[in-house]
Amino acid sequence: MNKLACLLLAVAALAAAPVLAQEGGLRMPPAPVNRLDTDSLQRGARNFVNYCLNCHSAKYMRYNRLTDIGLTEDEIKNNLMFATTKIGDTMTVAMQPADAKKWFGNPPPDLSVEARVRGRDWLYNYLLSFYRDDKSATGWNNLVFPNVGMPNVLWELSGTNKLVETEYEDHEKAEGAAIATRGISLVEPAQHPKYVVRTVAQEAPGRLSKQDYEAFVADLVNYLDYMAEPARNERMRIGIIVLMFLGVLFLFAYWTKLEFWKDVH
Amino acid sequence: MQRLITWIDERFPMTTLWESQWGKYIAPKNFNFWYYFGSLAALVLVMQIITGIFLTMNYKPDAQKAFESVEYIMRDVEWGWLIRYMHSTGASMFFVVVYLHMFRGLLYGSYRKPRELLWIFGCLVYLALMAEAFFGYLLPWGQMSYWGAQVIVNLFSTIPVIGDDLAVWIRGDYTISDITLNRFFAFHVIALPLVLLALVAAHLMALHEVGSNNPDGVDVKHQPRDPVTGLPPDGIYSHPYYTIKDIVGVVVFLAVFSFIVFFWPEVGGYFLESNNFIPADPLKTPEHIAPVWYFTPYYAMLRAVPSFFATQVWGVLVMGASVLIFFFLPWLDRGAVKSIRYRGGLYKGWLAAFVVSFLILGYLGTVPVTVWGQFADGFPFYGADKATVVARVFTVVYFLFFLLMPWYTVRDRTKPQPERVVWR
Repeated sequence: MNKLACLLLAVAALAAAPVLAQEGGLRMPPAPVNRLDTDSLQRGARNFVNYCLNCHSAKYMRYNRLTDIGLTEDEIKNNLMFATTKIGDTMTVAMQPADAKKWFGNPPPDLSVEARVRGRDWLYNYLLSFYRDDKSATGWNNLVFPNVGMPNVLWELSGTNKLVETEYEDHEKAEGAAIATRGISLVEPAQHPKYVVRTVAQEAPGRLSKQDYEAFVADLVNYLDYMAEPARNERMRIGIIVLMFLGVLFLFAYWTKLEFWKDVH
Repeated sequence: MQRLITWIDERFPMTTLWESQWGKYIAPKNFNFWYYFGSLAALVLVMQIITGIFLTMNYKPDAQKAFESVEYIMRDVEWGWLIRYMHSTGASMFFVVVYLHMFRGLLYGSYRKPRELLWIFGCLVYLALMAEAFFGYLLPWGQMSYWGAQVIVNLFSTIPVIGDDLAVWIRGDYTISDITLNRFFAFHVIALPLVLLALVAAHLMALHEVGSNNPDGVDVKHQPRDPVTGLPPDGIYSHPYYTIKDIVGVVVFLAVFSFIVFFWPEVGGYFLESNNFIPADPLKTPEHIAPVWYFTPYYAMLRAVPSFFATQVWGVLVMGASVLIFFFLPWLDRGAVKSIRYRGGLYKGWLAAFVVSFLILGYLGTVPVTVWGQFADGFPFYGADKATVVARVFTVVYFLFFLLMPWYTVRDRTKPQPERVVWR
């Protein structure tokens, strides 16, 4: 059994190795979301429908599925459905992919399962790290997704950010400074041996305060995460029952085994 | 009831089959932890077939609809998410139990005479399983499905002269396309399952013919039998003893399985890769293409082998050899004893080196070759990717485990194998 434990430990160590690595100098704080918070999910659904669903579709997500997060069909029809009148329809957009390609370079991706591609933390930090950039085609750039085709659609709420670049003598000092920001930061090599730390800072305020905007994005990301796998909460609820059942079954199975094997010497 | 059984037995050897294959099969009494994985592999096979049938009812093997139909299963089909997660988790867990089952063979020399054919059937099951997994992985039609299939089919195009035509023949097209998806679907849902079932049947029949090995390597089948019970001193009937014991293993396995299905179906990107939630796009090559974890040791070897004479075929040959070499184990091992319990340090050391190689190659296959950076100025291999050099070293160790086996198993200082099994 000892040998087995060593083997399992070795496997666990190997599996953990890539998790600890950070993505190319990018540091992202975790998204403050709670998948069980239905108020947050409802606010997120509202934010999604009002701000995202004009360009981004969610073509695998049906409107009536939103009853999962505590909404009634009437509430969904009256508050969240603008593009269609059928509650069983999926969240499509009127924009044609060909037009989208002309306007944005790439058509905006469908967001049905985007949270499973990018992850919550990426989405949260991405939406918080737009900054003004006169050199880009849209006038915007992003720390998490450099040269992204999407402009900062939410700028009226968030206000505008600017890029802050600070140079440090070496990698260690730059990393220290990046950790100290406690926010999104990108450490990249500058002129050898110097390193530069990039962060964003608010330039002009928007309609929401910084905290309120962060909460707005967190709700939105929580919703995107729910939408990527609507069955998740149900899955975990059933999972607990299944594991408890198997726990009891194990006791019976093990006891039966001991009884049957009593005469084997 | 008894009359019904008699009626059937007069027309079909039902009781004979049951008794020869399980009911009156005599197994050694000292099976340990490692002996659960055979029955668990059978369980997973059955689970894959049943969940597969239900998936097939809702899945559409069409390049325009495949990705969508998987999301349809996940969202709109009653219990569809459960069936799909059981199938995707089952695919990986199949390899987990098969790898542990094969490792058991290495630990206790289960491939040694007279179990050579049993071992070869097992190796064929493993090959068929790899093909089954490869064909199935294309079906969700995500980016990793698409580009993974692209990479593997392109391996065939490295074969001199006929390579390119062969790759086109496999795909049915110049790229992976709807046509490829259709034929892979056919292979995945009917051709290979038939092959797998036939091979598993042959594997079980061979096992029940020669009898099971055990952690001591003692030949229980040929021990003198008790005149009253008809049992050898170290043997017991597999039914009910191992039926009951295997049920305990099944329950524990199902608990692990359920934990993954219900709480962690992606297993951090190892069972379900995040890139596979992007629909396949033939025009957009992902930055980093990695196969699912169970193929990564071989993928790491493929990447580690340099090209000679302007062809990459050597990597493909090494990869093929690394799987096929398992077939020769019964003849490579010349040890005086079967079980690791009575082997000397040489075999134990080489087996440990092999396991470490397999795990490290497996890890390296999941990451880009640049993962550990390059060797700096002043080191040997200046400028080479560290990960590539490490992968080369462990590829060599992997093969030496097999190739040097005829030598080190003979030289090994073994302990005498006991006449009777030992309880631990």
